[in-house]
Amino acid sequence: MKKNWWKILSFLLLAYTIIAGFLLDVPHLPILNETIRNLYFHVCMWFGMMILFSISFVYSINYLRGFNYRNDIFATNFAAVGSLFGILGYLTGVLWVNVTWITDQNQSLGSVLKEPKLIGAAIALLIYGAYFVLRGSFNDIDKRARISAVYNIFAFAMLFPSIWIIPRIVGSLHPGSPGSDSGNPALDKKDLDDAMRIVFYPAVIGWTLLGVWIATIKIRIDIIKNKNIINE
Amino acid sequence: MIRQVEALLKKDILLEFRQKHTFYGILLYVAATIFVIYLSLPDSPDAQVWNSLFWVIQLFVCVNAVAKSFLQESKGRMLYFYTITSPIEFIIGKLVFNTLLMLLMSLISLSLFLLFLGNPTINILQFVGISLLGGIGISLVFTLMSAIAAKAQQNAALIAILGFPVILPQLMLLMRLSKAAFAEVFRDGALFQLVGLTILMDIFVIVLSIVLFPYLWKD
Repeated sequence: MKKNWWKILSFLLLAYTIIAGFLLDVPHLPILNETIRNLYFHVCMWFGMMILFSISFVYSINYLRGFNYRNDIFATNFAAVGSLFGILGYLTGVLWVNVTWITDQNQSLGSVLKEPKLIGAAIALLIYGAYFVLRGSFNDIDKRARISAVYNIFAFAMLFPSIWIIPRIVGSLHPGSPGSDSGNPALDKKDLDDAMRIVFYPAVIGWTLLGVWIATIKIRIDIIKNKNIINE
Repeated sequence: MIRQVEALLKKDILLEFRQKHTFYGILLYVAATIFVIYLSLPDSPDAQVWNSLFWVIQLFVCVNAVAKSFLQESKGRMLYFYTITSPIEFIIGKLVFNTLLMLLMSLISLSLFLLFLGNPTINILQFVGISLLGGIGISLVFTLMSAIAAKAQQNAALIAILGFPVILPQLMLLMRLSKAAFAEVFRDGALFQLVGLTILMDIFVIVLSIVLFPYLWKD
């Protein structure tokens, strides 16, 4: 029970996110209207994804330090759940784009896809797709773990400069880009209404904890499956 | 250390001269691709098309030119290198060699582009500089990718899969940058900022390669 407090916390925070997120009052803005509530889901997915990828990155470094197979299992599963969050982030984003940019601002799908944030997200998903393809091409377990850890570290380290650089190259409609006269929508004080803040921050923590929870379950299954090759 | 790198570099260059068929193979690849583009496009395409085609060709030429750098080393030869040199010297040698090779290829493909597809640039020297800068960046990234892919079984296709998402931002940066040579006016200092950013990325890739390659080296 002592070890499980964060799972209960995750459940409570997500229950709060859904109930408060749909019932509490939100600012009424043109175009956005009630879709602003998607903030509690869409933005949290990207936060969760980046945090899970970062955890995966750290475990990959740990793997290369001691070649402990357990670290490889951790790194893979966090990357897998991170990718799932990325896909969910895309799906929630599509819903949002559908009512704001496409219907109200008459953007074509082609120009929407060239948004810097979307390019960054696409790069992240492609990188982790490549990571799993790379893993699939090995038969030797140790070799697979070592080489994919190298790729994970390299790709993750390249991902951050990309996310930082791309908005300087292409213009953007997305909130939180240099072109759109505001900072990060989630972190800048003037961008987010206080009424939303009290739901948004717990939501980020709740979704991230849920991601970690899913990953730990997958990790435990993998560890049981590979029990004979993990020497404690 | 520098002497070891030099020796490794010399060996790679010598190999290239002895096995001319691989070098001519890439050359033919460049020429054939550009000729196909020349046939499929109307005469003298506009600057934007020219620019984006040029960088896409650069990317594929690099995949083909750099891919073999680790694939050509047989298992026995790697074992030999393992006994006489350190991984850091080995990867630096490869990085330098691939950069030189890619610089040469950039110049060749650029001159073929000018020959077949006309010259839409205003400032050709500037574009030469940018394409050399781009060649360096692309070859550095693909050197490490080729080292990774060489360890996997179906390696040739893997290089493209592994490398493209990583190189994408740099490629966008280069396409943006090269618009300077097509008479697009930049804000004051923006051009230097972009060039500086590209160079920083290159240094970052070199550092990462040196740190990570020792883990790829042992088998």
